[in-house]
Amino acid sequence: MEQTFNFKEIQNREDRLAPGHRMCAGCGGTIATRNVLKALHPGDKAVIGNATGCLEVSTFMYPYTAYEDSYIHTAFANAGATLAGAETAYRALKKKGKIDDTYKFITFGGDGGTYDIGLQSLSGAMERGHDMVYVCYDNGAYMNTGIQRSSATPTYADTTTTPAGKVSNGKPQTRKDLAQIMAAHHIPYVGQTTFIGNMKDLYTKAEKAIYTPGAAFLNVLAPCPRGWRYETGDLVEICKSAVETCYWPLFEVIDGKWILSYKPKNKLPLEDFLKRQGRFKHLFKPGNEHLIEAFQAEVDKRWEELLFLCQE
Amino acid sequence: MALKASEINESVRWQDLTEGLKIFEPGTSKQFCTGEWRTETPVWDQEKCKQCLLCVPYCPDSSIPVEDKKRKDFDLDHCKGCGICVKACPFKAISMREGQ
Amino acid sequence: MSENRLYTEPVAGIPDRMSGNEAVANAIRQINPDVMPAFPITPSTEIPQFVATMISNGVIDTEFIPVESEHSSMSAAMGASAAGARTLTATSSCGLAYMWEMLYVAASDRLPIVMAVVNRALTGPININADHSDSMGARDSGWIQIYAENNQEVYDNFIQAYPIAEHKDVMLPVMICQDGFITSHAVENITLLPDEPVKAFAGEFEPEHYLLKKDETMAVGPYAVSKYCMEAKKAQAEAMKRAKDVILEVGKQFGEMSGRSYGFFEGYELEDAEYVCVAIGSACGTIKEAIRALRARGIKAGLLKVRVFRPFPAEEIAIALQNAKVIAIMDRCEGYSAQGGPLAADVMAALYRAKNQAEAFNVLYGLSGRDVQVEDIESLYAQMQQIAEGAAYETYQYMGLRE
Repeated sequence: MEQTFNFKEIQNREDRLAPGHRMCAGCGGTIATRNVLKALHPGDKAVIGNATGCLEVSTFMYPYTAYEDSYIHTAFANAGATLAGAETAYRALKKKGKIDDTYKFITFGGDGGTYDIGLQSLSGAMERGHDMVYVCYDNGAYMNTGIQRSSATPTYADTTTTPAGKVSNGKPQTRKDLAQIMAAHHIPYVGQTTFIGNMKDLYTKAEKAIYTPGAAFLNVLAPCPRGWRYETGDLVEICKSAVETCYWPLFEVIDGKWILSYKPKNKLPLEDFLKRQGRFKHLFKPGNEHLIEAFQAEVDKRWEELLFLCQE
Repeated sequence: MALKASEINESVRWQDLTEGLKIFEPGTSKQFCTGEWRTETPVWDQEKCKQCLLCVPYCPDSSIPVEDKKRKDFDLDHCKGCGICVKACPFKAISMREGQ
Repeated sequence: MSENRLYTEPVAGIPDRMSGNEAVANAIRQINPDVMPAFPITPSTEIPQFVATMISNGVIDTEFIPVESEHSSMSAAMGASAAGARTLTATSSCGLAYMWEMLYVAASDRLPIVMAVVNRALTGPININADHSDSMGARDSGWIQIYAENNQEVYDNFIQAYPIAEHKDVMLPVMICQDGFITSHAVENITLLPDEPVKAFAGEFEPEHYLLKKDETMAVGPYAVSKYCMEAKKAQAEAMKRAKDVILEVGKQFGEMSGRSYGFFEGYELEDAEYVCVAIGSACGTIKEAIRALRARGIKAGLLKVRVFRPFPAEEIAIALQNAKVIAIMDRCEGYSAQGGPLAADVMAALYRAKNQAEAFNVLYGLSGRDVQVEDIESLYAQMQQIAEGAAYETYQYMGLRE
């Protein structure tokens, strides 16, 4: 993969997510979807799945589909099972000689459809080993319904169901580590990425996920300007900060082997990530220093665990 | 029956909608103009642009067309004016101006 | 089930003996559908077991998906059907309830999935025996519903399911329903058809559009604004209306092949009947037994056995009931509407629109597997006679209840 990465060749590929969709200006979920699909080799066919969520209601609003490939959405909790059915049909029809084209199967869900309501369906599809990729565009809350907390929401985030108030500091719980749960399924490929630099990390992981036979899971941190409360243009810096603070480490798990994709030379303090987002504004009030310290301790603990798993 | 997406609009009769509201063409969203959403508009400075293409993958609206490995001017029919490309450009070749 | 019955072609015209679930499995073997996702639930569990066994032994080459829930079985069925595969699943009771959300989507996406429903009471309390509360609850989901009295009918109905579902004028999913344990597990005489005519009858699934179609993409399941939704629902409702003609045509063609024709309902001693039960499913066998005894005593008792509940053949039922004096509409499902069950609601509406002046009332029976005896039915006909003579009656009553 290292030798074959050709950024300009990838940018030269036809977009498989067409413009004219109704996602918000600056949406990270769209950037994730568009670039994962760009990792498909030109000429290869794909069936795209989707859990209900921002992406679904905005990219296939009758009669306008933003997908250049075949696409199926059926409901919120079942993106894993729906695409598993399509992938099984593909094998059945191929076996019976009814089709001869080669297809890849890629489904997208937000963290609501993936970490929470769709977790069972995702787990089933991965455990059964369907030759498909499940991509979570993780924006850390139920953004489509108006920024309610999810199990992917970071600690202390101010959401509409964990509002920071006089006696509350936002979400009390820590974030569920879904990539680790997926790794525990012992599937051939799990990757965690976001948008960094020329997105080589994302493209190489998406390509591996798509072209590794069997079930694959990709977790993509996808900032939401509305839910995280930042100016749309700040996405580049926020993603960089998420990685440099080790809030969102880049790694992959290939056939059970944990591999760290990037180790910051100087791990930045978590404030660098938090201060850029309105959802953490309350943490910077005088007297709340201990909250940031507690959050920092959690990030540090998880980072150390990851280093151990990756034998770094 | 069996209308094309471009022929389907909110005054079409029930008999003329596609079965199960399925669409049998790719990428019909291109027909919908999201450029009207813009309050700010990106301006591409060709002089400063080094054609590194780093802006391209950061566009959520697939609105920086690439041909022969070179970017072209913005697709303002669809660009929503988010300004991510301004920050993604290492050469300050993109700036935002007020309005459409 | 002996391996023999599952794996070997039946000898034409020779009666066999098997359970309702085995009968469905035999129809599946003969049709050899492409994909079957399923999750076990009593009393339909045997169907996926039989299919998996047939696949394991190379008898059929269906792809079985052992999903982790019924919500996923219907979701995977939708993905498979949309991709162009002939798809089926099987379920009962809470399994059907767990699919509820997806039933509506499967119908609105116009996916011709076939589901073997082995009717069982919905919880609660939890109970594994027959009643119709599971599929009756799904009566407004947009699925065609066809019910069977016995094993022969469930086999025959299953063979007719794909030609109805996949007909270009229909393109709707179909439930083939039978009563849990009473027919699903009880072994009865049955005459199977040879493999080849069944295969020819079921034909191949050749959808006009599908996800994997060469040189065409398909997008399924949009967000649609109000300006489109109501029109889409009307189009779906019209497909359900058109299904009536297709069901009759397929039932007729099946008769030409098998000697057993099917319509929307069966009339048993109905033509001159003054006292008529309207019922669905296995209890109709008991009702027929009672009618034979009553007719021997000169009592004009009859039965209208509803086979097709969705689409509901209201006008046809009203015409068939035009000579009845008293009608007992029997529901094996509480509606909790405080006035009766779902079959009664639809039959009463049909009678009203036809300006039928018969005395009609609703009898709740057999809930959660409560046994139905010939004596119960004879008492019901006796009550109908009293009503004809002017006796007062409750329009919503229970049969076989301790009180």
